[in-house]
Amino acid sequence: MKAFAALFTTIDQTTKTSLKTKALASFFQTADESDKLWTIALFSGRRPKRAVTTTQLREWAAEVGGIPLWLLEESYPIVGDLAETIALTLPPPSRNSDLSLTHWITELKSLATVDIDQRKARILDAWDQLDPTERFLFNKLITGGFRIGVSQKLMTRALAQATGQDVSSVAHRLMGAWTPENTTYHALIEAEDVEADDSRPYPFYLAYQIEDGPEALGAPEDWQAEWKWDGIRGQLILRNGAHHVWSRGEELMTDRFPEFARLTDFLPDGIVLDGEIVAWDGTQPFPFNTLQARIGRKTVPKKLLKDAPVILLAYDLLEHEGQDLRDLPLQERRARMDAVLHELPEDAPVKAAPPLPFDTWDALTQTRATARDHRAEGLMLKRKDSPYLSGRKKGDWWKWKLDPLTVDAVMIYAQQGHGRRANLFTDFTFAVWDGNDLVPFTKAYSGLTDEEFRQITAWVRKNTQQRFGPVRQVTPHHVFEIAFEGIHASPRHKSGIALRFPRMSRWRQDKPLQEANTLDDLKELLEIYG
Amino acid sequence: MRMAQNVLTFTDRGIYCPAGDFYIDPWRPVDRALITHGHADHARPGHRRYLCTDACAPVMRHRLGTIIVETVKFGEVRKIGDASVSFHPAGHLPGSAQIRVEVAGEVWVVSGDYKVVPDGISEPFAPVTCHSFITECTFGLPVFKWDNQKTVANDLNTWWAQNAADGKASILGAYSLGKAQRLLAMVDPEIGPILTHGAVENTNEALRHQGYSLPDTIHVTTALNAKDYPGALVIAPPSALGSHWARRFGPSSTAFASGWMRLRGVRRRRAADRGFVISDHADWDGLMSAIRNTGAENIYATHGYTDIFARWLNTQGYNAQVLKTEFGTEEDDIEASTGETA
Repeated sequence: MKAFAALFTTIDQTTKTSLKTKALASFFQTADESDKLWTIALFSGRRPKRAVTTTQLREWAAEVGGIPLWLLEESYPIVGDLAETIALTLPPPSRNSDLSLTHWITELKSLATVDIDQRKARILDAWDQLDPTERFLFNKLITGGFRIGVSQKLMTRALAQATGQDVSSVAHRLMGAWTPENTTYHALIEAEDVEADDSRPYPFYLAYQIEDGPEALGAPEDWQAEWKWDGIRGQLILRNGAHHVWSRGEELMTDRFPEFARLTDFLPDGIVLDGEIVAWDGTQPFPFNTLQARIGRKTVPKKLLKDAPVILLAYDLLEHEGQDLRDLPLQERRARMDAVLHELPEDAPVKAAPPLPFDTWDALTQTRATARDHRAEGLMLKRKDSPYLSGRKKGDWWKWKLDPLTVDAVMIYAQQGHGRRANLFTDFTFAVWDGNDLVPFTKAYSGLTDEEFRQITAWVRKNTQQRFGPVRQVTPHHVFEIAFEGIHASPRHKSGIALRFPRMSRWRQDKPLQEANTLDDLKELLEIYG
Repeated sequence: MRMAQNVLTFTDRGIYCPAGDFYIDPWRPVDRALITHGHADHARPGHRRYLCTDACAPVMRHRLGTIIVETVKFGEVRKIGDASVSFHPAGHLPGSAQIRVEVAGEVWVVSGDYKVVPDGISEPFAPVTCHSFITECTFGLPVFKWDNQKTVANDLNTWWAQNAADGKASILGAYSLGKAQRLLAMVDPEIGPILTHGAVENTNEALRHQGYSLPDTIHVTTALNAKDYPGALVIAPPSALGSHWARRFGPSSTAFASGWMRLRGVRRRRAADRGFVISDHADWDGLMSAIRNTGAENIYATHGYTDIFARWLNTQGYNAQVLKTEFGTEEDDIEASTGETA
């Protein structure tokens, strides 16, 4: 654990990506095989199964720290991280050990097989031999997403550096349903033949938002346009008679979308399609919240399956007849895809996303303006001769989203952020006028600069009217412009509406409280765009 | 039982003693102000008369300009009206004091800001027995615990020496009054030259003049060529880090020294290379031991996580309440986000 803690400390002490990559690469050259494998697993979102609850951890930490539970709970939002709060609260360890990262992960996994008293005894024993940094990491293994300033992208680069491979082939090796239990570092990273894994997806190619207009892209005839759908980016894989569905977040979602199972009857084996998973009303996508109801379910009730059936709007063919097509030009991949999908029955859960023909950028600009009518958030522009790259790259693929909708709203509640934003008020609830009342309708967390967050934090401290746990009710005073991508009816919210991707686009210090928007204004937007 | 609240009362100008007709660290202009220490949220301009320790007066004069200051020695008892007043070391920074006020046998102590462990330059904290204790609690949460000064000094010197070996300057952000001098007392001057920002050097001057011993420092003036001082340690106010001023030192490693550096979130937000956990305030254990040693039953918590801290003290058998002051009202935000004064 000491080597891993030293790696963490080095990474945590720098903001420079190059230094982080270097530290990680040198770890990958020196650490033991199993620790390397677990490190890759952790930084790609694969955690050991949680054997104790965070509630238990809190209780035990308070007990060992000699403080009441409420005091630990009050400290947590100020520290901004539970694993860290616990690490800082515990008394110093009574002894010192240097067991490996793998040892501690194995220990955590083995807790699942023992009773609660033993679990407690073993967690306490671990705390008692780990220094504060090691404890923090140990707690992080238990409490949740292992986010400590290393993205999968950074790790991929470090692995490429350490092994002399190129980044995209490492990225591809890391995709798929592997776990540290069913592979080895050698098999995953070094072996000549990448292990056969029928479910392994390709790294997604991601687009940047176009900064100005599309004119700078050159001749319109070099470009293909599609709607930018508001669903889940997904890869549908058909290999060896089975199908697999991956989200862009590299989550295997096959079971959530049973609709796709019947595709093995229609489509040939050895196919990988890239597209957007949307809930489909027969002619166009439902608003995103319909799909959201589906995402939340691991098993889907019949009624939901009927009310909100999903389809894949496919826009790229990455593999055909078992061949990787990613180096072919887009238009060729697209032609092959159209040929494959051409024969599907009308009600099949895959459709080719319709291309949007255009001759001039002006014409396309007009098409874009109608995106909301098609339940799209804007356009995608792809160079016709582009290969399918891995990760977010500038040049060949662009998203050209619509300008967001906006309302001016009043801040009424504030809460402190987590992690880097602990101790700053960054999470706000906003309201609009309903007669003389302010009705809350959305929360927003992002969009302000650090300096603005500092200013508003100072203001919140001085203008708190009431506290509800970590939430502070503040004097209605500040008006913010809230930008969002969509609006829909929601019986769960007091205001009756819910927004898609709300964020603060401007702090309207010029705007008096009374001039914020009203609930009627929101209802009107719902009428038009809902 | 005597009415405890007679010794000190809490007004919108500050903490007031009716028996002596004076205020302690008031935040609005008053006739007579007793001052615990020279930080801006405690020693404000605009009072008619000031009273503080002789160790504190030069810095106050330096910061507040022409003021009428009377001084006392630590421990010297001064009669003001019906109140007996004395100043006792608070260990926060050189010259900082707690103020003891006794009226008809009832004793109250105002802590000002304090820390209980010696730092090598401030007069060490002296516990004062009292009935009521007004305590700061900037770091009044159990997550705030400081390593001993020797360990941190070692980390600090290792960082500096490593940078010097790598051909980099070490730029350390620290509040110019108190923290900067404490750091000077902690670092090993053998490692290399120590350069100081003007704001820090002015305070150094004032303290050296009073007889506090500090290692030699070189004032960074416009005429100074940073290349003449390879491997230097540069001590500057936090606001100078990342500024145009700091660029003259070429390749450098940056660090902050503050109690807030205990929190990873704050450390990362500051985006410095290193964060050293060094505070001029008491940590959780320090606060608890100071309170215990006063023998006081009534505790007033101010400046910090007052609600939480008072609630905790009440579970520990004290009669504790929150005292709303304007100490640190602006500082809090600075501290939380920049680690400037703690």
